[in-house]
Amino acid sequence: MIYLIRARINQGYQSIPDVTKVALPAPFRGLPEIMDIPCSDGCSACLKICPTAAINLKPFSIDLKRCILCPDCEIICPVNKIKFTQDINLSSTDERLMLISSSTKTPIIIPDKKITSIFKRSLKLRSISAAGCNACELELNACSNVNFDMGRFGIEFVASPRHADGVVITGPISANMAYAAMETIKATPDPKIIILSGTCAMSGGPFYQSKALSRDFLKSLKIDLYIGGCPPHPLTFINALLKYLERS
Amino acid sequence: MENWITVKNGQSVALENIPSIPVALLCDEIERHIINGLRPIQFFGRPKISSNNTITLTAVLADDNSGTLLISTCNIEKNASFQSMTPKTPSIHLFEREILEQTGVRPEGHPFLKPVRYEFGKEVNTGKLKDYPYLTIGGDETHEVAVGPVHAGVIEPGSFRFLCHGEKVYHLEIQLGYQHRGVEALLRQGNPLNKSHIVESIAGDTTIAHTWCYAMSLESLMNVKITKEIEIIRVIALELERIAMHLVGLGGISMDIGYLPGASFFGRLRTIIINTSMRICGSRFGKGMIRPAASIFKIDDNLKAYILEILDKLHNDIEIIKELFFNSAGVLARLEKTGIVTTAQAKEAGLLGIMAKMAELPQDSRASHPFGLYNEIKVEPCIYHHGDVCARAIVRGLEIDQSMDIIRKALELYDSSKNDAGIDIGAQDIVSLQPSYAVVSMVEGWRGEVSHMIITDKFGQIEHYKVVDTSFHNWFGLALAVRNNGISDFPLCNKSFDQSYCGYDL
Repeated sequence: MIYLIRARINQGYQSIPDVTKVALPAPFRGLPEIMDIPCSDGCSACLKICPTAAINLKPFSIDLKRCILCPDCEIICPVNKIKFTQDINLSSTDERLMLISSSTKTPIIIPDKKITSIFKRSLKLRSISAAGCNACELELNACSNVNFDMGRFGIEFVASPRHADGVVITGPISANMAYAAMETIKATPDPKIIILSGTCAMSGGPFYQSKALSRDFLKSLKIDLYIGGCPPHPLTFINALLKYLERS
Repeated sequence: MENWITVKNGQSVALENIPSIPVALLCDEIERHIINGLRPIQFFGRPKISSNNTITLTAVLADDNSGTLLISTCNIEKNASFQSMTPKTPSIHLFEREILEQTGVRPEGHPFLKPVRYEFGKEVNTGKLKDYPYLTIGGDETHEVAVGPVHAGVIEPGSFRFLCHGEKVYHLEIQLGYQHRGVEALLRQGNPLNKSHIVESIAGDTTIAHTWCYAMSLESLMNVKITKEIEIIRVIALELERIAMHLVGLGGISMDIGYLPGASFFGRLRTIIINTSMRICGSRFGKGMIRPAASIFKIDDNLKAYILEILDKLHNDIEIIKELFFNSAGVLARLEKTGIVTTAQAKEAGLLGIMAKMAELPQDSRASHPFGLYNEIKVEPCIYHHGDVCARAIVRGLEIDQSMDIIRKALELYDSSKNDAGIDIGAQDIVSLQPSYAVVSMVEGWRGEVSHMIITDKFGQIEHYKVVDTSFHNWFGLALAVRNNGISDFPLCNKSFDQSYCGYDL
């Protein structure tokens, strides 16, 4: 008992008081900022080095559905056109809004009234890891730890799709897992939301060229929320949901 | 010619110097060496370039006493067979199954010849995943329980089939493959130097160990020597990863026995450790930390002081929490004598890393096959006895202390005045590696040893890339651990093993 009291006093209060107002320190790489400066003539160094084909040159944009936030393009660019900021907002309700350019600086989340009217104060999610490398899964688990404490907003992961109001898909979706993933989605009762969390889930990430993936079934689904990052930081995930549920 | 060529960890060797011996002789040799205490590191087949119908089998064994690796090969016709070594040396069982899956060469007499991971494009060798031939059990009071591939927690997918007698587990069959992303195929394509991002995601919890293995292999094939500062950053990154994942494991064990103080205390300590990784490289999982022949990130004096401060805090807090955890009667009652793997079983099954150490086997490639800075900072494997869940938890606790010590020593050696060296991410132009060479690298990740083998073709491009994660050796240990335990102990046993699904499935 004495050990427990000592450990509990030592633990103190660990939760982040306001998750919407946390500034992460450099060199954390969050939302890329694209400067409004011209590229050097004929330069396509960033395009060549990008491991996930996230960059378009004309007009210049970075696709957050593909970007794994590695620092390569920022380092290689001779004119410093790309800069990774510490902004954790990497999510959108519309995949077209995930394209970041010098004019579109940040992705936007547009809440769905039908969803917020039902799930605003209680959202139970079922995780489907479909070939996720365990980084996304560990970060989803971290959302519920004492630091980030997502449970205080009524958002929790549940054990069964039958108990869930939505599913969170992580990983590039291997062919071997596609059937089980689809069955789990089907087993979740309507109305439900479908969240793609992490670059792999949205585009295949670093595995986008692999033949062992099977992503076609996603086309038949309405995706409600795209969450960027490799893996998404717990603050990215929680803040995306809070905005989507009109809680912040 | 000798039957084997002897190399060191991470030492490249010309293909022409690797012996090619008859298949029966190779099998005899492997059996003889494993019985004498060597460990299988790699054993795989690849199509011989010059001939369509021939498969080259490559075997790599590790001699932990002399710190050397033995490599040998043989050629065998496609669709031919060889005499399985599994009945005599069970630790090779999965390698043989993988050879059948990947090449069609059959290990005749293998007692458990089932698909490994239903690799893409190998259906002719494996059949369909939905037709997996599970073991069955019959008789009074017996039943089978199917779990997965989608599990109750936020965890990777895998399928478990429990063969039970009442509450008691007779045997657990583990069927994996759901995480298969075709990693090895991707690593064989294109520019060998820009594969860091794929390697980082082989297993996201073992990012550092795998990327280091990849970088070490390429540096050896390019004949590049990296600076001491880069070596130090790698050691710090690897040990931070080890501490973080051991804290996850201890937190998970706490959660699975319903001991919430443990779950929250270990959980928040993990946060400060992965945030330290983030302060170095911008990613909580060390993505971007290691690149072949380069380092993007440096450690300046402020960061050095910050890391030391975090270590002091961790040192203080972890002692308090460990004292609480390992003195709690409720905790010990659940951990002790649960999920036992005996020393003999661990040895026979070829378990590695913490799963060997918890059964009194001092298996640690930082000690036996030192790489990088571990040639300078010596590591003594942290072993414990009994081989139960408690032993696994204790070993993880001991390793946290040891890793803190290693990071302190490494930081002392770091000379931040050398930070001005240029940043080179190098992957722009296709660099060729030494043509027709091979290299085997091993790095001791937090689970245990991970190993990569690269073979280059005559143009210096990657002809074959083979990845072996610790979990490839260790999953079967879990099946051994749950035998004769109550089925309700499975989550605890599983968490205490903490295997990688994607590291196995690739």
